[in-house]
Amino acid sequence: MADAIKLNIDGTDVETQPGTTIIDVATEAGIEIPKLCQHRLLSANGTCRMCLVEVEGARTLLTACTTPVQPGMKVSTRSEQVLRARRSVLEFLLAEHSLDCLVCERSGDCRLQDYAYEYGADGRQIAGKHYERGVEEPGEVEADNPFFVRDMSKCILCGRCVRMCAEVMGYGAVDFASRGAETKVATSFEMPLTESSCVFCGNCVTACPTGALQPKQGARQGRAYEYEKVRTICPYCGVGCSINLHVRDGRIIGSSAVEGPANRGLVCVKGHFGHGWIQDEDRLTRPLVRKDDGELHPTSWDEALDLVAERLRTIKSKHGSDAIGGLASAKCTNEENYLFQRFMRSCVATNNVDHCARLCHASTVAGLATVFGSGAMTNSNWEFESSDVLFITGSNTTETHPVIGAVVERGRRAGAKLIVADPRVTDMAYRADLHLQHHPGSDIALLNAMAHVILAEGLEDKEFIENRTEGFAEVKEKVAEYSPERAAELTGVPAADIIEAARMFARERRGAVLYSMGITQHSKGVDNVKAIANLAMLTGNIGRFATGVNPLRGQNNVQGACDMGCIPSHLPGYQLVSKKELRSKFERAWGSPLRADPGLTMIEMINEAADGGLRALYIMGENPMLADPDITHVKEGLENLDFLVVQDVFLTETAQLADVVLPAASFAEKSGTFTNTERRVQLVRPAVSSPGEAKADWRILCDLAARFGQSWGYEESAEIMSDLSALTPSYGGISYDRLDPVGLQWPCPDADHPGTPILHTETFARGKGLFSPVDHRPPAEVPNGEFPIVLTTGRMLYHFHTGSMTRRAPSLHAHVPTGYVEVNEQDAGHLGIEHGQPVKVISRRGGVVTQAVVTPNIKQGVVFMPFHFAEAAANVLTNTALDPVAKIPELKVCAVRLEPQPWEGARGCCCETSGESDAFEATNEGSD
Amino acid sequence: MKESAKKVKAILAKYPDSGRDALIPILQDIQDELGYLPTSAIMQVGAHLALPSSKIYGVATFYNQFRFQPKGRNHITICRGTACHVKGSGKLLENAVATLKIKPGQTSRDKLFSLETVACMGACGLAPVITVNDEFNAKASPAKLNRLARCCKDEITQERENS
Repeated sequence: MADAIKLNIDGTDVETQPGTTIIDVATEAGIEIPKLCQHRLLSANGTCRMCLVEVEGARTLLTACTTPVQPGMKVSTRSEQVLRARRSVLEFLLAEHSLDCLVCERSGDCRLQDYAYEYGADGRQIAGKHYERGVEEPGEVEADNPFFVRDMSKCILCGRCVRMCAEVMGYGAVDFASRGAETKVATSFEMPLTESSCVFCGNCVTACPTGALQPKQGARQGRAYEYEKVRTICPYCGVGCSINLHVRDGRIIGSSAVEGPANRGLVCVKGHFGHGWIQDEDRLTRPLVRKDDGELHPTSWDEALDLVAERLRTIKSKHGSDAIGGLASAKCTNEENYLFQRFMRSCVATNNVDHCARLCHASTVAGLATVFGSGAMTNSNWEFESSDVLFITGSNTTETHPVIGAVVERGRRAGAKLIVADPRVTDMAYRADLHLQHHPGSDIALLNAMAHVILAEGLEDKEFIENRTEGFAEVKEKVAEYSPERAAELTGVPAADIIEAARMFARERRGAVLYSMGITQHSKGVDNVKAIANLAMLTGNIGRFATGVNPLRGQNNVQGACDMGCIPSHLPGYQLVSKKELRSKFERAWGSPLRADPGLTMIEMINEAADGGLRALYIMGENPMLADPDITHVKEGLENLDFLVVQDVFLTETAQLADVVLPAASFAEKSGTFTNTERRVQLVRPAVSSPGEAKADWRILCDLAARFGQSWGYEESAEIMSDLSALTPSYGGISYDRLDPVGLQWPCPDADHPGTPILHTETFARGKGLFSPVDHRPPAEVPNGEFPIVLTTGRMLYHFHTGSMTRRAPSLHAHVPTGYVEVNEQDAGHLGIEHGQPVKVISRRGGVVTQAVVTPNIKQGVVFMPFHFAEAAANVLTNTALDPVAKIPELKVCAVRLEPQPWEGARGCCCETSGESDAFEATNEGSD
Repeated sequence: MKESAKKVKAILAKYPDSGRDALIPILQDIQDELGYLPTSAIMQVGAHLALPSSKIYGVATFYNQFRFQPKGRNHITICRGTACHVKGSGKLLENAVATLKIKPGQTSRDKLFSLETVACMGACGLAPVITVNDEFNAKASPAKLNRLARCCKDEITQERENS
């Protein structure tokens, strides 16, 4: 480390590292220098001039945000000259600024207002034409998108939004246009944002120091000093962003991003603007019971719970406890999932407990547990900004994990190479140095061929392989069969690109692999994961900073639900039910005998239900009627049950089939913890009370357990955490008082352990990393004459999962009101399908009508559908073929055909604004 | 592919593997070819140079030389240099805007006129100066400008009657 630099600020001696700017060292020393354009995530541009300071010997005042420290510097941050200069800076800004603080939403949360007050500037010293014009024409307001308003009469041209969009999010939707006094922040051709590449993350709104950008939510309902901010964790994807819910008079009026360890102040459009569903009028407020007339009727909690207990007991005594199954929820807290599996295992006495991880990362949990000994993301979110090469496969990161997408973008801008393997030209693929557009389901051929090249060219990390791994010889032999030329045939990727990708990945020091459903949702998902692990071990990219095998988890608490043992084979902390000593530990703690044989997985439960083996299902916060493959079959199964209990916040498609519906509290109404994708356990805090009689899931479970003669006696969720941490070694040191404000990353075995950001640093959890030879095999269903096209499914940015939340979030639903199918433009031409035209998509299992989005951004012969939309449910079509180990269905590949339908009404496409212009938008450039 | 898109493609082909430093020459070539910078051309340039289109628009609007609408049949420029300003080019501009019903940078709907201001034409002795289709008109006045505009209109009417 270079020698420290000593300098003096306002009479205080401080020390810092070379290269630090004056503003940073001052902030460290607790001396605040005002700033409008400077932002910790953005490059310094020194435009606002508020941070001017006086440096002894300097010819002029200097901007503290751009001036690096020098030895012996003497800095005054509040000299008379400095204060005068800042005041005149403010006068100039205010002269052009619309001074309508009386009605401005940002009043009280406006840095310009704060400084104007502090420095006594009011904009009357320089009454320029802009000021006059501002008074005459207060509105150049753009308000046509559902998320936020742009009022350029309040823009001070600090460029934070411009840099946020370009440097952090990678979109560059806005930039400075024109020059001189006419300069403004604009999209290209000053189109509305809805026609630009804007993704409405609203990180520009967070960064804006004035009222130029204002969220629409909460408008006229209260200003910053009138509402309470409740810090909690976003309930959407697995990134685990910290957010504030704005609460006034017991109602949530808005939400905003807040600095947290997983998101560093960033959020996406859903986390920022997508919480309107919490107070939707559709929320369940009373328990419902299906009466003799076949309808669901409101009832009391006692009647509903008594009925559940009685029916479950009857079915148990008549058909055995394994005739009952339970689905836990990746949306509920750790505490609730812990209690759910405890209820199933100790009250019902079955291991038939599973949750939606079966549909997403079951392959990861099984695959990585085998090869590394732990089935979780090895590294942490923000390490990727320091990686040298990033290999993203089967993850549309910017849409499904947008904040990690931003971290990757920062890494790329810092010089990291980016390789993306995806059949679609996603934003990430567009930004990539190398895009490998392989056939869906050909991942193993691609990954093996990359390993082949690395070995053939001697680029492997011999020392790592020698010291840290086993089974290398078998893999070496196996990948020898996968020459790039052979892989080119299997994947459709040119051999030269495969070779290039292998070299690019192997030659850099820090290489990280990020993957998601594109790898796992296959009938060979586990083998896909193993092939990724092979590649990472081959190049020694495990156990070090900014490297690793990084499965991006899709739900806010899917990691936690797995950790809490909501899987049929494992107790909390991945402790096998089959191991006697582990089981007896839980038996002692819970005071009831536990079953040793693993239970049924989710898809198996549905199959058993259809076959009559499973008689009752208790579903907490899941919606298999949209999320599971082959919905027609799911419905058959659920309807065949004797008894179905659904506990949820809405009357979902699944709840509509239930015999008893229990109204649950949402994340905003309870305390608990979520575990994000980087294994970070974070606190969830209640902001408002539940509507009607709705109750937190853990309270419902306690009440139900009492009816099975088990009095758990929990009054607070913290007590559940202390019980579960005592039984779960990886959570051993986790307690609520340690979780504020940054949480803890497991494994955290004891109360003094600081948590583990990087797994497998010294040894693997299983000792040595296990190389596993894997072979390419085609997907379970391949195209043929009748079904010539491959359908792949996934998420899109503006909606989440089965849409029960996002489709009730007014802004998100207004922006993207319905589903679609993406069709390659060549294919569309051959099939006679036009953009926006209704088409019927038909597979062996059913057909749905939706509208076509004709695009060059998808491989020929492949179509894509998001699965959020009940009216065009992609999962009517998908295949239930399972991975033999993980039992994950092949949601990513099935064969379909398209039939164009006659136009109804006006031609046009609802998604016109959400994707089309993006195709042309490039992303490589930041602001100056 | 539209004719103009083909032309832009041909221009971009002259700048293979280029970075942002090729942006201004490319925009100049396109304007020379098409007479202005259409939206679609900027999108094409963005895809070619991997630049956001907002950035390109920002650069293009920074320089006076780029237009975003096709020129009118009669392109009028009004000098706003110091000498011309002193000699009343401000009034001249106001009058032009009122008569032609277009702002600087715009083209009238009938495509007859386009209007532009320039910083200085270097003909300060003749101030205030305007040009119509690159022809200089010295010591211009609102009345003179109106006359010129009327001439242009008459010319069109004449042509239509003849044809």
